[in-house]
Amino acid sequence: MMRLVVPKRPFPQPTPETQAYWDACSNHKLTLQRCLDCEGHPAYFYPRPFCPKCLSRNVESFEASGKGKLHTYVIAHRGAMGFQDDVPYVIAVVELDEGPRMMSNIVGVEVTPENLPADLPVEVTWEDVEHKGRDGTVQKTAVPLFKPIGAMS
Amino acid sequence: MSSPLRMASAIVGAAETEELGVIPDKSATQLHADAAIRAMEDAGIKNTDIDAVLTAGSPTQIAEYLGIHPTYVDGTSIGGCSFMLHVAHAAAALVTKRCNVALITHGQSGRSRVGEGGRFGGVSSSPSGQFEDPYGTWGAPSRFTLPFVRHMQDYGTTEEQLASVAVAQRRWAEKNPRAMMRDPIDIQDVLDSRTICWPFHLLECCLVTDGGGALIMVAAERANDFPKKPVYVAGMGESVEMTMISQMHDFTSSRAFVTSGREAFKMAEISHSDVDHIMIYDAFAHLPIFAMEDLGFMKKGEAAPWFAEMKSVPGGELPVNTNGGGLSYTHTGMYGMFAIQESVRQLRGEAAAQVDGVNVSVAHGVGGMFFAAGTLILTNDATA
Ligand SMILES: [Zn+2]
Repeated sequence: MMRLVVPKRPFPQPTPETQAYWDACSNHKLTLQRCLDCEGHPAYFYPRPFCPKCLSRNVESFEASGKGKLHTYVIAHRGAMGFQDDVPYVIAVVELDEGPRMMSNIVGVEVTPENLPADLPVEVTWEDVEHKGRDGTVQKTAVPLFKPIGAMS
Repeated sequence: MSSPLRMASAIVGAAETEELGVIPDKSATQLHADAAIRAMEDAGIKNTDIDAVLTAGSPTQIAEYLGIHPTYVDGTSIGGCSFMLHVAHAAAALVTKRCNVALITHGQSGRSRVGEGGRFGGVSSSPSGQFEDPYGTWGAPSRFTLPFVRHMQDYGTTEEQLASVAVAQRRWAEKNPRAMMRDPIDIQDVLDSRTICWPFHLLECCLVTDGGGALIMVAAERANDFPKKPVYVAGMGESVEMTMISQMHDFTSSRAFVTSGREAFKMAEISHSDVDHIMIYDAFAHLPIFAMEDLGFMKKGEAAPWFAEMKSVPGGELPVNTNGGGLSYTHTGMYGMFAIQESVRQLRGEAAAQVDGVNVSVAHGVGGMFFAAGTLILTNDATA
């Protein structure tokens, strides 16, 4: 009988527009994109091959500092499939120092509201993930998580 | 008499994707965007000039991806002829000044199947599949709720004030025999109910029910040919913002709510003080707080204390969610229909918990998780 193995984290399947982002993640590098035509070359997220502000295609990827602040969050007391043993865990939005915001988890801290004040400084840490396709091929990348600056992850 | 739409609109930009045929290096969404940007270049306009997005599927996704902030959206999806309908709908929207510049897009990775969505075995190429699902989200209770902690941080909104919304709405449900939850509750009951996603407890999350609703509409001049008191549509507004909660522009305010509400009040030519009754789609207890502020009934930070002071309950200052709402009345999944039904009942004078003197009612709906909004201003006053 075939057994369905549910990976802990749903594997993020890249599209051509996001492939470079996930390739960098697999090397534990967090990248953003920026517009070279907008004033101040503002960074943006999620990846796409044009500036979502002015639509210019004159954009480039760059490695982000990996530092940011906890912008908002919930503490999940019920887990997604694969996360049931992790409750309570933090589903967060992190505001990166470069400006864009992204969803992530906050790890490396006991999960209580008191330990998670808004604007808590955080830094990136990585969790390797892989996905075995039905044809046996294995895809690998890493998912960027965040921890309080200085915390062990 | 000729149609007011006759010769009343025109196509001023048109383009296809740069490539056609086999395009394995672009997702379906990027194909929409490629064609759209080229059409804008053809017309000599920018994304900021566009205020209507029409596409077969998700105009929300296209608006987010292209940085467009619309006042009119249409996702009519009835197969290959959808775009003829989009042209027709855009014409009507343009002539009636619901929008000024409409974008109609199509993109499909029909051969290469790149980024066509779908999820099997934990793999998805959609934006949320890549940038939210890997973090253990599990539906609305873990995502719709995310903005609220920021509202607490910025405005001092408290857990008790959030709970008070559920308490206030139960006060209405107590009067409504059709409401699913009718037992009186207090703030401690709400805080003692199971924590789902802190700071949200079970009683701050909507019910899950079965049900339905329907509406019949005719032209205003025929409105008196029917047995019931007519309810007129005085104003309407709509907008979309994003398809991922993590990309919300301001976690203390819904841009879609603000835009939708502004357009509805503008069309209705009334002020907030003219409103007698409000229905707000309350999938979770923070939605009435956000909506009362974003629709302009009060300033940011004022709604949560207002609910906590029980100003929305029977006999209070301004009745809100008088059927008990999604928290206590019913919530089938797409509750907006039930909000409109209660507005109609109140305007006809036949609600279970009837409020005296309701002449103007606002019914405000949310789509997705702050992704979209629609606002109706309804009245029983034919001379309004
Ligand atoms: Zn730009």
